[in-house]
Amino acid sequence: MTKKLYEYVDAMRLANPDWLGEVIDAFGEVTVFIPREFIVDACRFLRDDHGFDLLADLTGADRGPEDDPRFEVNYHLFSTKHYNRLRLKVLLSEDDAKVETVTGLWKAADWHERETFDMFGVVFDGHPDLRRILMPSDFDGFALRKDFPLRGYEPYSLN
Amino acid sequence: MGLENTLFESLPDVVTVKLDAVVNWARKSSLWPATFGLACCAIEMMNTVSARNDLSRFGAETFRASPRQADVMIVSGRVSRKMAPVLRRIYDQMPEPKWVISMGACATSGGVFDNYAIVQGVDKIVPVDVYVPGCPPRPEMLVHAITMLQEKIMRESVKDRRDTFEAESRISKVPGTLPVTEGTKLEQELESEVAKGDAARPYSIPSRHEKRRSS
Repeated sequence: MTKKLYEYVDAMRLANPDWLGEVIDAFGEVTVFIPREFIVDACRFLRDDHGFDLLADLTGADRGPEDDPRFEVNYHLFSTKHYNRLRLKVLLSEDDAKVETVTGLWKAADWHERETFDMFGVVFDGHPDLRRILMPSDFDGFALRKDFPLRGYEPYSLN
Repeated sequence: MGLENTLFESLPDVVTVKLDAVVNWARKSSLWPATFGLACCAIEMMNTVSARNDLSRFGAETFRASPRQADVMIVSGRVSRKMAPVLRRIYDQMPEPKWVISMGACATSGGVFDNYAIVQGVDKIVPVDVYVPGCPPRPEMLVHAITMLQEKIMRESVKDRRDTFEAESRISKVPGTLPVTEGTKLEQELESEVAKGDAARPYSIPSRHEKRRSS
């Protein structure tokens, strides 16, 4: 099942071998780790040359404050033409949690990147309107980080 | 509004005792709740006004879509922090006299949502008259809450129900801001604007019955 997906991986390797980090094959899905400076190029390549015209999801994950790199940003690509799914991952360290935006490729990335920023504090360079989207604008902290206290920081905890 | 501010100036106190009874009776018999569903409790609230439970037997079936026409705010569900200023604004837009029913465990205490996103009890934002336990409460419990509120209204005095005006809120020393903005940059900015006279406080200062705290 993942055979078709490996064709994309091979095509990416052919286009630029620097794009590819680790490649994981699990549960019939292929995940490709990509160095963050190449994420936009790799996404553009997959969108234009291989029909991944839909950004199904863009989200973040926190591996915990003791891990380095601490954050990952996940790109779930979908091709409505070939009906394939591919997952890209970018790893970011805590003190430099920045990655270039893909809003130029998919408009859908706009709110997803805002949500990832709101919940994890990952900054998307070049995003047209990087504000909080779920939490109030004066909210303190990033709620889905592993070290975020459940009741929030003072003076916001209303207990 | 009407009675509290005009009639009262010209009538002697002796009459007010009877006036209370008459006005309260009129008020309790025609409570108009604001349409304000926040979560699953709202489904039970809708059921309360529908055929089986029929809240109109107690004169409180007229849900108004505009807070300007409503007397009772039924907070039906958990209030998120982002919703809190909205809820307070709706409360402020309701004309006096107004009452608040906190429906369900979440509105009353945060319920199972003991976290950063949910206000731990709506009484931190608006004064609550009747608390209804349950998750969600049955429609019968909401009907009971309405009848309890009616009993409470009969014990009230019209004197406590004067409006607070904008001018009053401008000069007031009591900050009328929300508890959720306390100590934040937002509040400091607002306070400096109010001091310069550029802005009025968005939230009215507590009126008398609000200072008194509720049951």
